[in-house]
Amino acid sequence: MSNPYAKLPAWADYGLIPLINLIVAFIVAGLVVLLVGENPFRAAVILVEGAFGSGTGLAYTLYYATNFIFTGLAVAVAFHGGLFNIGGEGQAYIAGLGVGVVCLAFDHVLPWWLTFPIAILGAAAVGALWALIPAYLQAKRGSHIVITTIMFNFIAASAMVYMLVDVLKPRGSMAPQTRQFVEGAQLPKLGWFLSEFGLTVRPSAPLNLSFLLALLMAFFVWLLIWRTRLGYEIRTMGFSPKAARYAGISETRIIIVTMLISGALAGMMALNPIMGDQHNVSLDFVSGAGFVGIAVALMGRSHPAGIVPAAILFGMLYQGGAELAFEMPNISRDMIVIIQGLVILFAGALEHMFRPWVQAAFASLSPRTVGVAQPKGERA
Amino acid sequence: MAEAAIELIGIDKSFGTVRANRDINLVIERGTIRGIVGENGAGKSTLMSILYGFYQADSGEIKVGGKPVSIKTPNDAIALGIGMVHQHFMLVQNFTVIENIILGAEDEALLKRSIANARSELERLEREYGLEVDPDAVIEELPVGLQQRVEILKALYRGAEILILDEPTGVLTPAEADHLFRILKQLKDQGKTIVLITHKLREIMAITDTVSVMRQGTVVATRETAKTTVEELAELMVGRRVLLRVEKGEAKPGEVKLAVDNLTVRDSRGVTMVDDVSFDVRGGEIVGIAGVAGNGQSELIEAISGIRKAVSGTVLLDGKPIEVTGQADPGELRDRGLAHVPEDRHYVGLVLAFEENENSILGYHDKTEYLKGPFLDIDAIRADAKQKIEKFDIRPANDRLKTANFSGGNQQKIVLARELEQNPGVLVVGQPTRGVDVGAIEFIHKQLIAMRDRGKAVLLVSVELDEIRSLSDRILVMFDGRIVGERGPDATEGELGLLMAGVERQEAAE
Ligand SMILES: Nc1ncnc2c1ncn2[C@@H]1O[C@H](COP(=O)(O)OP(=O)(O)OP(=O)(O)O)[C@@H](O)[C@H]1O
Ligand SMILES: [Mg+2]
Repeated sequence: MSNPYAKLPAWADYGLIPLINLIVAFIVAGLVVLLVGENPFRAAVILVEGAFGSGTGLAYTLYYATNFIFTGLAVAVAFHGGLFNIGGEGQAYIAGLGVGVVCLAFDHVLPWWLTFPIAILGAAAVGALWALIPAYLQAKRGSHIVITTIMFNFIAASAMVYMLVDVLKPRGSMAPQTRQFVEGAQLPKLGWFLSEFGLTVRPSAPLNLSFLLALLMAFFVWLLIWRTRLGYEIRTMGFSPKAARYAGISETRIIIVTMLISGALAGMMALNPIMGDQHNVSLDFVSGAGFVGIAVALMGRSHPAGIVPAAILFGMLYQGGAELAFEMPNISRDMIVIIQGLVILFAGALEHMFRPWVQAAFASLSPRTVGVAQPKGERA
Repeated sequence: MAEAAIELIGIDKSFGTVRANRDINLVIERGTIRGIVGENGAGKSTLMSILYGFYQADSGEIKVGGKPVSIKTPNDAIALGIGMVHQHFMLVQNFTVIENIILGAEDEALLKRSIANARSELERLEREYGLEVDPDAVIEELPVGLQQRVEILKALYRGAEILILDEPTGVLTPAEADHLFRILKQLKDQGKTIVLITHKLREIMAITDTVSVMRQGTVVATRETAKTTVEELAELMVGRRVLLRVEKGEAKPGEVKLAVDNLTVRDSRGVTMVDDVSFDVRGGEIVGIAGVAGNGQSELIEAISGIRKAVSGTVLLDGKPIEVTGQADPGELRDRGLAHVPEDRHYVGLVLAFEENENSILGYHDKTEYLKGPFLDIDAIRADAKQKIEKFDIRPANDRLKTANFSGGNQQKIVLARELEQNPGVLVVGQPTRGVDVGAIEFIHKQLIAMRDRGKAVLLVSVELDEIRSLSDRILVMFDGRIVGERGPDATEGELGLLMAGVERQEAAE
């Protein structure tokens, strides 16, 4: 008996439980809002309105979601191989160099649609390289990847400060950032697309072509994990290293390849703010997206079909949260971080907290449904 | 007749379209040992899981001691005096015996007093039932037989009056199994009720008072053990006559396919497990390695099949060396025609979280017939899996089912089907029929003999002496890492038993 506790039907597993987790997170967040003397219902309305109520709001929400899709996919791919890549933050940050160098080199000579593919390669290559070192240390020396990737986040942060302050900053400028890119390294905005549906979108709204790249990557990750031989090997390793050894799958190879892919996905996150919005490389442009990716992957069950909605949810919290801080004087920027933290806590870390109760409820309501094998398996 | 300890009335349980239990009525008398036998997937484990609160019945009633009860969780079962010894032990490996026993039953937050209480209680239990085990030993250092004893103590400590054992002897040596049965008899004499699930009909005959036979989710017969025979039980289980002895012709040994020379293997702690072992296996013969579990057989076949590094020695496959002391690649060995059915199907031979069809290519996933470029050819894989399911009668016949949801015996068939259907030149197989029902044993044995008759070399490791004797053309006995003797298939059980116990060697040393 490998699985002593009965299993839930798929819809409860993938729909009901995340929903319950979310509701609880929002109730607790509501209590916090109440505590500082604001009306939690009004706060909720402002939050949702701010995120989805206007074309501009929606464009911001999807812009943030783009970041989280990339980093969420990065965590998920590693996770399928049994690896916990905490280093998405650093991989994305350092990949800013790859994007930046490509943009600085080509923005005067090439059109954006030629710069973009080169910049994708630059972002992916640098992100992958940053993940390669922890991967190598894990595969060959057994240094735990959680520890090394965390360390590499700090190294990336310091390295970027050095690069931006001492190397890439134009002479005479005070701000620690590169020069502004010209048109040849500016991605088209996607606001017009929302306007097609009658929404009004401010031209400055940052949603850009990277969003489509993120969706494409979500599809590729699905293809990779569930449809390719490499994905099969990654999953075998993730579920049972002993079975992988038996099957002739090289642990070293899988750790390294998986981390390269994971780092490349995290690295691509840099494209979105750098080429899509700011048109420069500045300090701290990742601002936590790498860590949010962990929550997004957990909440999305490491499946692209779960990661995309989870990323949009966190995009909503980012965008709506900014509105909230603006509208409600007692709610500061830090409060928003607390609320986001609560969602991460309930949706990600405490993912299994309510599971036993749901199972017990199912068991007494209708025993027949409990234990049903998932009809659609993981290949959905 | 004694009063009933447990009554199951009209129990039904379905998993999707699989009806694992249908309308089961079963009365088990207090103070008796009840055997339950049945084919793989007959629903034995499911029924016991319902009794122990892992699953809920769709309908039906359970009475314990005459009173209707509702068992929703294992805690409910424990409160009703029902204990279960799982096939896969649920012990914390780096805790001591006593820590494991009080785990979940601590009286208070500070452990000191709980442990002191437990210690005196444990001493009482040990005295009463002859269940000796050192309370301060760490679990991972104990042999499986003793670990199982800890599981039994754990149940008794929680006040179990009814003890369920699901295939308890699958992992035990014959001596350990004998000891277990002595304990069970003693428990019965003290008035406990015992339910024993096993595929070994000899055990049923030796120890139970009554036996129930399950087939396809129902109880088809209940017999007094004294009034039935192994043949009758086998026939009731499978619904046809079963050949309990294999029929095979003369072996026609050909070329040497596998040559092992001076092989030495150490385990992770540096203990020598295989000590300077040499032997050959020819095409067209089955060489059986007999021995009490833990005498190096596992390490031997792991080294040959490339998943464990040897210290020294050589192994030739079709005359060409296998890098047993370096980086042998099990994948490459498969390409060269060496297939391996590992002893541990759960964590080595299968990925339990995979769908059945995904497991049916494990290790062969880089063969071109399962691939389209870098992509898996899922249609081809599934068609192939379906064919194997059909040929090996794997039930339920659903290649999309998660492997963990197959019954133990059917999981074993998934591994065998995968390795045998690749038609390898050399087959290294460990415990091929562990947890497999009599009908399937007959089938598997026939398959192994058919391989031999096609001129393939088979190296068989089994702790079942019957299996070794009925299949092997030559029997090597392993004791303490060495091969201590070679016998023909007509060697008597007693003769092999002495060799397995290392008797001859000790005499020689004197
Ligand atoms: N969680 C589950 N989900 C779906 N099907 C299941 C589940 N558990 C058991 N089954 C199915 O129910 C049937 C009965 O399984 P069970 O484990 O009770 O058999 P068993 O008699 O113990 O067999 P074995 O002798 O092989 O251990 C099998 O067809 C099995 O595949
Ligand atoms: Mg079973």
